[in-house]
Amino acid sequence: MTTPLSSSTTLLKPSRPVGIIGYGAYVPRYRLPAKEVARIWSGGKTSGLPIKEKAVPGLDEDVVSMSLEAVRNAMQRAGIDPAEIRAVWIGSESHPYAVKPTSTIVAEAIGATPHVQAADMEFACKAGTEAMVMAMGLVGSGMARYAIAAGLDTAQGKPGDALEYTAAAGGAAFVIGPAEESLATLNASYSFVTDTPDFWRREYQKYPEHGQRFTGEPAYFKHTSEAGKAMLEASGTTAKDYEWAVFHQPNTKFPQRVASLLGFTPEQTAPGLLSPVIGNTYAGAAIIGLTAILDVAKPGDRILMVSFGSGAGSDAFDITVTDKLPERRDKAPSTQEYIARRTEIDYATYARLRGKIAMK
Amino acid sequence: MSMTDVIIAGIGQTPVGEHWEVSLRSLAVKVMRSAIQDAGGLHPQALYVGNILAAALSRQAQLGTLLADFGGLRFDDKEHRAGIEAETIEAGGASGGAALRQGYLAVLSGYVDVALVVGVEKFTDMLGPDVEAAIATATDSDFEAVQGLTPTAQAALLARRYMHEFNVPADGLAGFPLTAHANAAGNKNAMYRKAITLEAYQKAEVVSDPLNMFDVAPNADGAAALVLTRRELLLKDFSHPLVRIAASASASDTLGLHNRLDPLWFAAVQVSVEQVLRKAGVEREQMDLFEYHDAYSIYAALCLEAAGFAPAGQGWKLAAHGSIALTGQIPCATLGGSKGRGNPGGATGVYQAVEAAVQLQGRAGSNQIPGAKLALIQCLGGPASTAVTHLLERISD
Repeated sequence: MTTPLSSSTTLLKPSRPVGIIGYGAYVPRYRLPAKEVARIWSGGKTSGLPIKEKAVPGLDEDVVSMSLEAVRNAMQRAGIDPAEIRAVWIGSESHPYAVKPTSTIVAEAIGATPHVQAADMEFACKAGTEAMVMAMGLVGSGMARYAIAAGLDTAQGKPGDALEYTAAAGGAAFVIGPAEESLATLNASYSFVTDTPDFWRREYQKYPEHGQRFTGEPAYFKHTSEAGKAMLEASGTTAKDYEWAVFHQPNTKFPQRVASLLGFTPEQTAPGLLSPVIGNTYAGAAIIGLTAILDVAKPGDRILMVSFGSGAGSDAFDITVTDKLPERRDKAPSTQEYIARRTEIDYATYARLRGKIAMK
Repeated sequence: MSMTDVIIAGIGQTPVGEHWEVSLRSLAVKVMRSAIQDAGGLHPQALYVGNILAAALSRQAQLGTLLADFGGLRFDDKEHRAGIEAETIEAGGASGGAALRQGYLAVLSGYVDVALVVGVEKFTDMLGPDVEAAIATATDSDFEAVQGLTPTAQAALLARRYMHEFNVPADGLAGFPLTAHANAAGNKNAMYRKAITLEAYQKAEVVSDPLNMFDVAPNADGAAALVLTRRELLLKDFSHPLVRIAASASASDTLGLHNRLDPLWFAAVQVSVEQVLRKAGVEREQMDLFEYHDAYSIYAALCLEAAGFAPAGQGWKLAAHGSIALTGQIPCATLGGSKGRGNPGGATGVYQAVEAAVQLQGRAGSNQIPGAKLALIQCLGGPASTAVTHLLERISD
């Protein structure tokens, strides 16, 4: 089915080296414990829950407001003039408007308009990393000095569905620019995509549907492991060459298992494994894990990131931290600070905040 | 024995599991080819397909013709005229056994020299509620499914009654899945190749009270096939020990559970077992193994009782006391049964025949019952609304 890999033909490498100039995360403050969902829908079972709790957006929060928080944090760390940004690309599957970009609002709010590209990405949970690959291309070709790539979601789970335990809100944003200015270089990316209908929402449907167990082996595990393997092979590396790794995290077990399949230890994935305490932030899931790793990484550390989006595909990234990280790290709140900022809610409050109560 | 012995000349099976990327026809054609190859290339004149759900889940009827066509069997002679007889046999969870019986009768009667029997089920073309609704069509739809009763709920009702009537402890049925999983560990075609502990059973999530996850066999995709012929028609270089079908019986009961005088007595099991023992002229005690129907652990217990291996209400003790283990008095589910191997619906009866043949031919590896000569196999449609029973016998070394 596939031809042998060679790094020159399969890895996506920009013409000039690029990297992350600034990064930022955002997690809304409300937390719904999984046992609270189980209390309502599963007879109060306490074992076998996919996560501990998930982050829930407040009444006045959406992907626009959350993107703005994450992008502002990334801009704080980047310390650049917003007028130099040539693209604002925001990946999500919960953009507030069906027609009208999220990205224009964010671009305007940070002062990047009007000499700028702006577009919204959609590829289920990997829309954020799609935006990152595009930004690598735009900057790496020399067309732009800086581009912003973000991925955030206010994910909806159908009441009572398995996904309601995990569908969460949050995400991250990155300012991509020349490698010599970066706090971490983006050495290469690799994308593995097939037509695999494991999860979808058709127009006018309120909640997404999924292929139940089909979302596991043929979808998540196939794509994340193939993308991860290809990246390691083409880079001539193994898990031992990386200090850290982060994978798309729809629950606790899936990323742990693919990490183990690729030879990574629990220590390597610990800082980026956030799904147990914030849930599955969809387009934000892998990349918010990356921000938590950058919060603790040292110059010279190498990081593997593999996203996954249903439909389906994975983007893998080979990243190396530079000596500019320590001086920029504290210019914005850390991801763990957002996670610690926690207000627990019950299912009734959750139902209100998420608009699950029909008002008309 | 006589020259009209119906011999299992070839077998084929695919691992049971979630074959997302393989269609029903591909699953079946693969095992049909393996079975024909195992038989040394005998060309079938008739194809009998055991299946329940293809029309509902794969939107496909006429499986007989479909599989003959795609299996390259359409032509029954060198002149390339269409010809081979090919039909689907449906009897709920007993479909595979019923298809095997058709193949046996056709070859025994002399109307057909070589029959190919294939059991195939493909669950994963559809999801949850659609699958449940399709499976529930095997109940008395107007009286049972219409009330929301699924086969699993039906089994749970029987298990609850069984526990009440016979003072069976909450984990009394644990021995069935424990045995199944222990045996599945040695079967490379099994879905769950892992033993489980009593503690894991006790902690398992309830599916339909009192049945937990381990009491309910997992519905999964699979296909198995057998080539049947008369002894004198075997190819000269046939190298396997000869295994014949010594007897075959099929019995029906009320379709709806509510019409039974005693729902805890599987009368169709009793009748069909008595028939095969009588026809073959052997005693129950001579059986070296029993591939019973364990879609639900409670059904395994009720099968053992109605088949005469235990008094009413005592079948669960055979499992609890190790009597159905590979080294026990009457080894059951020797390659995992439906619980460990996986429950491939209408293919179950064909898998059972393939597994019994593997045992009788001495090809069962670490699961081998030493010197196995007689195997009883039985599959059920619903709660023994249909029971199809076969007796397989090794007649040469």
